[in-house]
Amino acid sequence: MSRKPQLQVVTANALISGHSVWLTASGGWSPRMGDARVFDDPQQAQAALAHATARSDIVVGAYLAPVRAGVAGPEPVHFREAFRRDGPSPAANAHPRS
Amino acid sequence: MYRYDEFDHAFLAERNRQFRAQVARRLDGSLSEDEFRPLRLMNGLYLQLHAYMLRVAIPYGTLNPAQLRKLAEIAERWDRGYGHFTTRQNIQFNWPRLIDVPDMLDALAEVGLHAIQTSGNTVRNVTADHFAGAAADEIDDPRPWAELIRQWSTDHPEFQFLPRKFKIAITGSPHDRAVTRAHDIGLRMLRRKDGAEGFEVIVGGGLGRTPMLGPVIRDFLPASDLLPYLEAILATYNLLGRRDNKYKARIKITVHENGLDTFRELVEARFAEIAPDFDRQTTAAELARIRAMFASPLLESKSEYAFHEAHQRDPVFRAWADTNLHPHRAKGHAIVTVSLKAHGETPGDATSEQMRLIADLAERYGHGEIRVSHEQNLILPHVARGDLPALHAALKAAGLATANAGLLSDIIACPGMDYCALATARSIPVAQEIATHFDRLRLEHDIGPLKIKISGCINACGHHHVGHIGILGLDRAGVENYQITLGGDGSEDASLGSRTGPGFAHDEIVPAIERILRAYLELRENRDETFLAAYRRLGAAPFKAALYEGNRADAA
Repeated sequence: MSRKPQLQVVTANALISGHSVWLTASGGWSPRMGDARVFDDPQQAQAALAHATARSDIVVGAYLAPVRAGVAGPEPVHFREAFRRDGPSPAANAHPRS
Repeated sequence: MYRYDEFDHAFLAERNRQFRAQVARRLDGSLSEDEFRPLRLMNGLYLQLHAYMLRVAIPYGTLNPAQLRKLAEIAERWDRGYGHFTTRQNIQFNWPRLIDVPDMLDALAEVGLHAIQTSGNTVRNVTADHFAGAAADEIDDPRPWAELIRQWSTDHPEFQFLPRKFKIAITGSPHDRAVTRAHDIGLRMLRRKDGAEGFEVIVGGGLGRTPMLGPVIRDFLPASDLLPYLEAILATYNLLGRRDNKYKARIKITVHENGLDTFRELVEARFAEIAPDFDRQTTAAELARIRAMFASPLLESKSEYAFHEAHQRDPVFRAWADTNLHPHRAKGHAIVTVSLKAHGETPGDATSEQMRLIADLAERYGHGEIRVSHEQNLILPHVARGDLPALHAALKAAGLATANAGLLSDIIACPGMDYCALATARSIPVAQEIATHFDRLRLEHDIGPLKIKISGCINACGHHHVGHIGILGLDRAGVENYQITLGGDGSEDASLGSRTGPGFAHDEIVPAIERILRAYLELRENRDETFLAAYRRLGAAPFKAALYEGNRADAA
């Protein structure tokens, strides 16, 4: 039985702003999920997570989130991650980013 | 209201200085997140889904105009121009940056506010009846006692690391607007026939994953015994409460597992031990000092002509006056609920502009007093009836005159998954959709008094267990699902709602609520029979039948 590889990204909150960020292929952090590096190898994902966790001067609470491949980069599997990507519902956030 | 003395100011300045240094050490890498986290939580700073959140304590929900203006300024300067008032009578800022928080705390300290003990396993902000000091049905103003408890519990060395967080609510009125039976300790002021003042003490109530209405541990506690008795309860809980399982650590579980009688015996034994050494003289002197600061404003009677004229002429004013006013103890006055529940808006949010306007109006018409209600509205407790038309006009221009206090769209909703890291589903959009839907149907005033309360997870910050209609948002296999409870009540006749059955998807929840309410309109004996009264008369069956009518397959 062949199993599809579990696709994952490393995500966290930025230390200073608290905003959701994603680990990119260049090892930086982006506020856009679409920029995230997608891991299909669980060991590599764990290694990247360990590295991210060690950089606690930049981000807080790093973890692996499952994603699926989309046209414009990785897309969330769970709706919680969709909220982290998109921010509060438009109606709930009547006071947009200034 | 309470005014800080030099000791209060010095204490706060020192705490803020410490936190500023802690933030600096976090940023330069000397503190890890594991080391920093408990320090920031002690200062009310959480990390949520999209950003930090700063929770500021508003002691027993009482604010003066300078404080409200400062909150507006903080929202504008360091956040996104709004604040969110909560069921704990606090305010939360949803978007602060870590590096700005020390400045925000210093700004708060300028007006005697802080974020200490708004998180962590400590005694949290003491909440009180939001109509305290004004309600016609009140025995006495509970706020001097609440302030005494605040002073006793703030930085209390024995109670900084309790098994779990600890919430105390107090009311001075037989009509319980403070949900005392759903708190770790609930206090109801009593005055016996012989004139003796005291409290009925309730212990071990709470909502969350194991909802319980607190039982009475003492029918009548003489008022002068309050602090030693609270200390005895806290000390007993501190030793007996479970630390092995976070979900069994609240005092409600301690009382439940050990039995009320055993718990009471231990409390009474501890009380007997500490009460003789308790410094009653100093406490009485401090209470007298506090009481003087809560003296009622001078409420002069004014002509009510303008009120009657507007009430007759203007249907918009009439609708507002009929729902958003509450009887005041002083003739010619009213308690005004300023609704933060405009249809389609986020329950409890106020912009900086709105906060400034309310501060101005409190000064002009309300003796400079503002309250935050646990129902996420603001209250002007002392307004002369003759000033109500002018007040209404000013509120209306700022979107603050929605005539819905106590009605269907006066919904408590937790932040839910739009903000909260613990949430399992959204709450705010559900509240918004219910409010706009029934506003379109023009059914809200016909339905009458109704409390809908929505929580976005099992922790029940939205008090859904005590909503006449409660809604609980869960994650069912990666999809939002909403369970409905009926018949809950947070008043003096408190009851916990019962679950109706299978839950509903996000797009099914508004029609589901409509089916329940259409059944109520059919079933009620007359317009005076409220939803809750009809539910209590008829039981759940007819409402469940309407809810799941022809929908069994979809709802399963």
